[in-house]
Amino acid sequence: MPQTYNIAIIGGGIVGNATARELSRYELSVILIEKETEVSFGTSKANSGIIHSGIHDDPKTLKGKLCVAGNKLWEELSRELKIPFNRVGEILVARSESDIPVLQNIIVNAKATGIPAEMVGERKLREIEPNLSNDIKAGLLAPTAGVIPPYEMTYALYENAAQNGVEYLLESKVTKIARDGSGFIIQAGGKEIRTNYVINAAGVYADDIAKFVGADNFKINPRKGEEYLLDKRLDNINNHIIFPTPTPTSKGILVIKTIEGSTMIGPTAEDIEDKEDTRTSEEGLAKILDFVRTMVPGIDKSDIIASFAGIRPVSNTNDFIIEESKAAPHFINAAGIQSPGLTAAPAIALMVVDILKNSGMKLEKKKKFNKYDKPHRRFSLASNKEKELLIKLNNAYGNVICRCETVTEAEVIAAVRNGAKTVDGIKFRTRAGMGRCQAGFCIHHVMKILSKELGVPEEKITKRGGGSMIVKEKR
Amino acid sequence: MKKLTTDIIVIGAGPGGMAAALKAHEMGIKNILLVDRLPEPGGILQQCIHNGFGLQKFHKDLTGPEYADMYIKQLKSSNIQVLLQTMAIEISNHNRVILSSKADGLTEVCAKAIVLAMGCRERTRQQVSIPGTRPSGIFTAGVAQRFMNIEGYLPGKEVVVVGSGDIGLIMARRMTLEGAKVHAVTELLPYPGGLTRNIVQCLNDYDIPLYLRHNVIEIYGKDRVTGVRIANVGEEGSPLQKTFEVPCDTLLFSVGLIPENELSRMVPLMMSPLTGGPYIDDTFMTSKPGVFICGNAAFVNDLADYVSLEGETAGGSAAKFAVGNYPNDARITTVAGQNVRFVTPNFISRNDCATLYIRVKYPMTDVRITSTNNVIHLVKQIVKPSEMIEIKLDAEMLKKIKILKEFKIDVGQNN
Repeated sequence: MPQTYNIAIIGGGIVGNATARELSRYELSVILIEKETEVSFGTSKANSGIIHSGIHDDPKTLKGKLCVAGNKLWEELSRELKIPFNRVGEILVARSESDIPVLQNIIVNAKATGIPAEMVGERKLREIEPNLSNDIKAGLLAPTAGVIPPYEMTYALYENAAQNGVEYLLESKVTKIARDGSGFIIQAGGKEIRTNYVINAAGVYADDIAKFVGADNFKINPRKGEEYLLDKRLDNINNHIIFPTPTPTSKGILVIKTIEGSTMIGPTAEDIEDKEDTRTSEEGLAKILDFVRTMVPGIDKSDIIASFAGIRPVSNTNDFIIEESKAAPHFINAAGIQSPGLTAAPAIALMVVDILKNSGMKLEKKKKFNKYDKPHRRFSLASNKEKELLIKLNNAYGNVICRCETVTEAEVIAAVRNGAKTVDGIKFRTRAGMGRCQAGFCIHHVMKILSKELGVPEEKITKRGGGSMIVKEKR
Repeated sequence: MKKLTTDIIVIGAGPGGMAAALKAHEMGIKNILLVDRLPEPGGILQQCIHNGFGLQKFHKDLTGPEYADMYIKQLKSSNIQVLLQTMAIEISNHNRVILSSKADGLTEVCAKAIVLAMGCRERTRQQVSIPGTRPSGIFTAGVAQRFMNIEGYLPGKEVVVVGSGDIGLIMARRMTLEGAKVHAVTELLPYPGGLTRNIVQCLNDYDIPLYLRHNVIEIYGKDRVTGVRIANVGEEGSPLQKTFEVPCDTLLFSVGLIPENELSRMVPLMMSPLTGGPYIDDTFMTSKPGVFICGNAAFVNDLADYVSLEGETAGGSAAKFAVGNYPNDARITTVAGQNVRFVTPNFISRNDCATLYIRVKYPMTDVRITSTNNVIHLVKQIVKPSEMIEIKLDAEMLKKIKILKEFKIDVGQNN
């Protein structure tokens, strides 16, 4: 017998999880289906964590509208989910005289949309960003842009949604969706799921998923972006998110201030064929370094401690596609969510709720919505007094297992109990293994904890599910 | 917070830290605290089950654990307090160290002198920017060594070693002995990164091919490594056209070691861009009075024996400092000249003896090592970056050096 739900969400990235959490406020049965071993393992895991101000996008587009709306929702959302959010601000720098009128024009448009933005002259620019190139004479400052830890956010949304009754079906690739009266039957991971509505948040695969029911009036083109993280020792290299002056087709390559205080450079923007192609390349790195050095010349290749690539799902309309399919009623696409998808995610979730309402779904708020009560307590950010208290509460906080990021045994255990199953899942949740030694010191600790908590032998512990076992065999 | 007062705290119980603590003890210091994050003393020695340790220090050929045991036995019969499974998480400018452990929570230690002996960490795949995918099966050689020798797991079966550092060479042999096939060891430079004895005993004896002037230029595989592309490298380091693919399930990186100095930066100590460790004088004191450092945290050594000898110097100096018997001396700066990557200590004081450690930039045969005012004049058949040069300065030499401001070392052709 297939299990029956009001709503099935396909895709466990930031959009799927934000929508799941929003829907968990209502008297509904909701299931989220994800093909990977854990949520946030697709496009969201390579997100750069920027909450954009909205100045880059045309306010007439859906991207532009939801970016501005989303930006305003982040303060409350980050407070509710106890995730750090810092409005570090973004600076668009003029790398030549001809950039200045472009920036002035952006300010005019920003003002019309209500986004704070101002021109900054050379002196002030040096003062707030001392490491900028001497060739840069002016810039635009948009103070409402900010940064968050993108994976921690996705996991907090996931945990809070689950706390409020959303079911999660992981490691289950959707292989078929068939019409079933006004609803659908979904085949996924050997299971049959009957649902009244489908929300398609399948990222780069959204067109493939929509095709099952003929709701694919769009195409998703994968666009790869490589990013490189610098050692946090250089945390004074930049104070804002630094952009070049945009061209009509691109936001350019950035120098990002992460929520950790470290610097990240990238991304590239390369249209590719293969939706799984997350290789980094020598050319990509060279391109990024050459570009960012025109803005911040002090950045050096030897300071890189991590590299990765993510794939943005770019729709053929180049805009977000968030609507109920005309060809397949009750099938709602949330597709083409490229940048500024993270910023827009909370607004996308609200928009999906509205679409459901307009489509005739009865939405009745639950009497009690459980507040998020499993905040990740970062030992490294606690004061010594708080650290002592944490250890008193649970002495596993005293055992530092990741030296680079000062992550404790207690945090790793908590991550597993909140759903982590893999080494990468631990890394994205706790930062263990994200620092300069790249898990050299903590990997065996993390494997032992996963093994013990999950009751799985260490040789079966994987990096990210599937066949990604860390070691080959036990001796 | 629990508070402790001690004469000397030594951070890290590897070959350097243990030797430092024991030396200070031998000099009559009563309160010595030795802390380490691992469950037993010995540091990285415990996973080095191969031989070759102790030849300099004990004139014996020992394994890593046997070498560690020589010190552990002495620790046990001393009244040095050893705190294990304890991490030093903070160090202040006022010689206060904060320790964290499961057993005791946070402890603040106030010490008259501190000896830093944190060792080093390995450079990773990311830090040498090898493009490609990011599957499992990619290890630094030392992590693979830990899995193999301590945890009891075979990291992989079809292996390529990137870089020819000593741990990579040792692991090429170790994995072969455990039934894995090591297909290649690649080295970007035209000469190996590790000791000659390891090239002979770990590669040549097992017919493992060493590709000099070659580098891995791409990693393949989605879940697990499935192969690599190797290219020969031109003079300037750019890949030439000739490339070939090697299927494998495991990559070991042995591409250099970096002194571990998170704590040093907290003090903060003045850091040398050449060694990667703090600036030190010949007593192994750093820029902060009372804070000493030794072993691979100061600069990367070839042998554990050297690390222990430096530990003795640092421990002895810390002992003198703790009892207020430390000479506050004028200092002569050492300078790296021709073909010298680094010369350390960075400062020579007015002691009666001192040892200089020198690493060259590139190999050279028929060599003359000279210095300012010809105080040093040494002829050597061969010098290599992988083999540190040790020069003992006696009272006679130091007398000549003491009148100088700068003391420069050059390594040149003997002609």
